[in-house]
Amino acid sequence: MLVENASKGFIFMPETTAAETLAVQISVKVNGKPYSRQVEARMLLVEFLRDACDLTGTHVGCDTSYCGACTVLMNGLAVKSCTMFAVQADGSEITTVEGLEKDGKLHPIQKAFGDAYGLQCGYCTPGLMLSTHQLLSENSEPNENEIRKAIAGNTCRCTGYMNIFKAIELAARNMRRA
Amino acid sequence: MYPRSFHYHRARSLDEAVAMLGQLGSSAKVLAGGQSLIPLLKLRFANPEHLVDLNFIPDTSFIEEDSTALHFGAMTRHGEIERSALTKTIPVLHDCAAGIADVQVRNRGTIGGSLAEADPSGDWANALVTLDTTVHCLGHGGARSLPLKDFITDAYTTVLAPDELVTEVEVKIPHKGSGGAYVAFKRSAPVYPSASAAVQLTLAGDVCQDAAIALGCVGLTAIRATEAETALRGKTLNGDGNDKTIASAAEAARAAADPQPDMRGSAEYKRELVVALVKRAIQIAIRRARGERVEGVHLYA
Repeated sequence: MLVENASKGFIFMPETTAAETLAVQISVKVNGKPYSRQVEARMLLVEFLRDACDLTGTHVGCDTSYCGACTVLMNGLAVKSCTMFAVQADGSEITTVEGLEKDGKLHPIQKAFGDAYGLQCGYCTPGLMLSTHQLLSENSEPNENEIRKAIAGNTCRCTGYMNIFKAIELAARNMRRA
Repeated sequence: MYPRSFHYHRARSLDEAVAMLGQLGSSAKVLAGGQSLIPLLKLRFANPEHLVDLNFIPDTSFIEEDSTALHFGAMTRHGEIERSALTKTIPVLHDCAAGIADVQVRNRGTIGGSLAEADPSGDWANALVTLDTTVHCLGHGGARSLPLKDFITDAYTTVLAPDELVTEVEVKIPHKGSGGAYVAFKRSAPVYPSASAAVQLTLAGDVCQDAAIALGCVGLTAIRATEAETALRGKTLNGDGNDKTIASAAEAARAAADPQPDMRGSAEYKRELVVALVKRAIQIAIRRARGERVEGVHLYA
């Protein structure tokens, strides 16, 4: 809050106590469900999802903003949840891999990753599927170059990527038909 | 990896953010997109006591056009710039935005944050310095505006006071007959480039009227390769791979580069990269100055 001060013009008067700025109350909608929690300001979004919401489908890979295993959607856009604080997601809608399935049916992206063998160990797969989700929501018929660019922030150390490209093409094809 | 504990302050207006920073002093840092800051906090290379979060301030993310310039709100994300039709009218800006790191980073990182951080390997400063770019700032003493070339003074160093923020980046629309390109070489998508080149040329027919050439990641700040620019001005450019004028400009750029050897390569290797990137950027800029559409020029291997 800004308060007018005769000698200094406006000065900033905190409305919160020191304890309240160290631990902050937040509300985040995750996969359509509201979660209200008090979190340490330094808590990363990925830790909030895994530890505070018990949604362990989002993985921590490198923890340095490189590998993309922690990718989730924030208001529909892919972000690395290891490189955001949970407090920054306050009031937003997060989609994790757990939110892709609807009414017991796999999302077409999930189905295609299975059908096209687009995974081996599966550690990077949740992140890859959410990056794919942003791609296909913006571009229903991506070419190979566009697919490569869309998942360039997701590292897979098993597949060599070829089956991932095939899975994404298959998902796009199936979603166009649906 | 947890950063050290900090106090979190969510600013609701730019004025409030400035007042917060003034009050909290040097123990505070500004959180914009966080794509550089948060990794540094996690590694505990930076340990601020307070973070002032700009992400909840309304009306700081926008792309607007007037008769002479494009205006970018400081909190405009790289991804928003990449997807904007307005930005495509100045291709060097689209090249830059579309090539920064990866999709996830572009969805968070901001143009204002990139300039305020002034990382020598950052993309925006290098691309924008080839255009007529003004940085608008707000601090305790009020608003001020500076040309980009006077804004960044050294590696990770700007003229910003500790309680001053970037609010807007203004880019003059280049004249008709002007074309530009930004080409960076990265070893993989999420990493910083090993070297980058930005070029903006104005042609009259095939004759180069004006040229701006800047080199990134090969000095403490983006380097304007003025000798390389001189090598092009007033010359006829045919734009093909054997163009001797382009080759001589690229050689002048090699001499202007001042790279440090690091994990991305030796100084010699980076100079070679500069030559190749400058040639490529000039060739694309020529085609664009002639009105040709050239897309997807950003490289990573």
